[in-house]
Amino acid sequence: MKTIIPILAAVLAAGTIVVSATAQGGTLDDVRKRGYLQCGTSTGLAGFSAPDDKGVWRGIDIDWCHALAAAVLGDRDKIKIKNLTGKTNYTSLRSGAIDILSRTATWTFSRDTDLQLTFVGTYFYDGQGFIVPADLGVKSAKELDGASVCATTGSTSELNVADFFRANNISYEPVPMESYTEARAAYLAKRCDAFSTDGSGLAVMRASMNDPSAHVILPEVISKEPLSLVVRQGDDQWADIARWTLNLVIAAEEMGITSRNVREMRDKATNPEIRRMLGADRLQGLESLGLGTDWAVNVIEQVGNYGEIYARNIGPGTPLNIERGLNRQWKDGGLIYSRPFR
Amino acid sequence: MNTLSPAATAHPGLPRLWRDGRVRAIAVQLIALTVIFGTGAWMLGNVAANFAALDKTFGFSFLWRLPANYDINQTLIDYSNRDSHLRAALVGLLNTGLVSVVAIALATLMGFTVGTLRLSRNWLAARLAWLWVEFARNTPLLLLILLFHGVIVHFLPHPRRALGVGDALFLTNRGFYMPRPLFEAGSWTVVLVLALGLAAAWFLRRRATSRGGAFPWWAGAALVAVPVAAACIFAGAPVAFDIPVHRGFNFRGGIVLTPEFVALAAALAFFTSGFIAETVRAGILSVKTGQKEAARALGLSEFQTLRFVVLPQAMRAIVPPLTSEYLALVKNSSLAIAIGYMDLVATLGGVTLTQTGREMEAMFLVLAIYLGISLGISGAMNFYNRRIAMPLR
Repeated sequence: MKTIIPILAAVLAAGTIVVSATAQGGTLDDVRKRGYLQCGTSTGLAGFSAPDDKGVWRGIDIDWCHALAAAVLGDRDKIKIKNLTGKTNYTSLRSGAIDILSRTATWTFSRDTDLQLTFVGTYFYDGQGFIVPADLGVKSAKELDGASVCATTGSTSELNVADFFRANNISYEPVPMESYTEARAAYLAKRCDAFSTDGSGLAVMRASMNDPSAHVILPEVISKEPLSLVVRQGDDQWADIARWTLNLVIAAEEMGITSRNVREMRDKATNPEIRRMLGADRLQGLESLGLGTDWAVNVIEQVGNYGEIYARNIGPGTPLNIERGLNRQWKDGGLIYSRPFR
Repeated sequence: MNTLSPAATAHPGLPRLWRDGRVRAIAVQLIALTVIFGTGAWMLGNVAANFAALDKTFGFSFLWRLPANYDINQTLIDYSNRDSHLRAALVGLLNTGLVSVVAIALATLMGFTVGTLRLSRNWLAARLAWLWVEFARNTPLLLLILLFHGVIVHFLPHPRRALGVGDALFLTNRGFYMPRPLFEAGSWTVVLVLALGLAAAWFLRRRATSRGGAFPWWAGAALVAVPVAAACIFAGAPVAFDIPVHRGFNFRGGIVLTPEFVALAAALAFFTSGFIAETVRAGILSVKTGQKEAARALGLSEFQTLRFVVLPQAMRAIVPPLTSEYLALVKNSSLAIAIGYMDLVATLGGVTLTQTGREMEAMFLVLAIYLGISLGISGAMNFYNRRIAMPLR
């Protein structure tokens, strides 16, 4: 038996040496080598990420995946969607199971700092509220003393609800739900008096009711929810690619570039910024981003500009009918603002 | 032996060694150990490397350093969202404990009843018991939990139209409300008298039965009830009841069993009772028929035969598999999150994990705690098993 101990020690030592090299490579190289983008989205939220009647996933969140795939692979359809709950999304991102998280994720201090995530930019400015049945007769969230409130667990929603009731010194029964779908079912079964989530989510829910007028969204907006794209911390190049794809889509709307006219604009535009953006003129730094000169045309042609994405998924004209509001271009009094392409 | 390979003939020492049974046994064990420890070391090293790559540290200080910030709807101890994650985890652990204890008690009761009925000579009773067992065992537990929860939430009335039982018990789709006893000053005398009465009844019954006499149940009941009633009157009715009242959106006051708790406990108990019933049936069948016939010959009734002759012997076969059922039940209770029951997995392994991003630590703790609970249960059951084991001559 005496011989066993040194052997074990040697094995242990060897084991630890073998392991060491699992450092993070460049995400861009990984994606190109793999040939498709792994995109983390929700398990279903109409307008943001949800399957249509043919089973194809659609929504704003999905369109960011398409845009990024078009930018780095030249083909919007080279994506693989992973449906994640609020519990698994950040873990999946950090462990490398997905390349980007596009799942109505709120950019907060502790997530940015403590969870080792990089938030690359906000694509939808939202705020949390409450929906209640109209026959409850409630006019303000401050009248919800003693009510049962459903919220999805693991989200910022349940924390905001806790803060709101504490700040107003009123009581409530928290009813945690694993996903939006279950929360909706519980609300409809009147397990809870009110459901609380982002304003966009409330609009989605109200629109999906048999009789939307039987439900009211209370006036209080209890939080700021900048919904943002998230990548792993530590790969600056990849974060830049995601950030500038987002900027590109926003800038395209500002400059009137659409999926229809993008090629024409590239060939005929005289505006120097448009020419740089679309690859007619040289854009300094594009090489260090690792992208080809046609990336912008690919993205806009295949996915469209911010206005197009918004309009086809959640804008007026869709069942969700969410006004642009804060999500108008800065020139129109909103917060949507691209950084300059120079 | 003509199986020597060319390599072996090149090293004449090796085959002779290999033919030695002891050497071979040690070598095989060494290889197995090497593989096991090597895999373990590789996994640990991988974790360490990934932690280093992510710039993460391993530690549990987040548990008491950070406020939990989330609310929990069922708390057996005082808890507010300003308390630490540690306290939130404790609340979750107690919720796991509560649902497990209640479900184990119910499952045992139902399992023994159904298991015995399975062997009943009454055709209808035996068939119904068979149906119970097959339905309980052959449906996925998760579906049962969702089914029970769905039934409560969808079919029971809203608090405004609550089903009231004597203005004290209320059944609603928000939970079952019942009066909560309030212990005021002087209530300890009542509790003390109750405890003394129970102890005295137990002692007297034990003494009576050990001398072959009988101790009727009504004597025991009187022994407990009369002094307690006297103590209540004497101390000026120190125990009052907080009766739930419908006010605003919900009932207030009293004790509430949330739909989530009721559904989870009921589903766990029902599911496990199917397995326990089969264990009990097997245990009963393992007792030799001669024992039963002897009891019958002595003039014992069917129930007495079961209670005093068959079950005590059957227990020896029942307890070891019963332990496994209990362990499975406790672990199955982690499905709680499916309906939003805030157990250990939903608090420490859920919200805390997500908000702090400490997956490794949180999961490690959750696993360690479940391991601890399981070892505790099997320790207790093994102790019980030794007590009822056949005395060895």
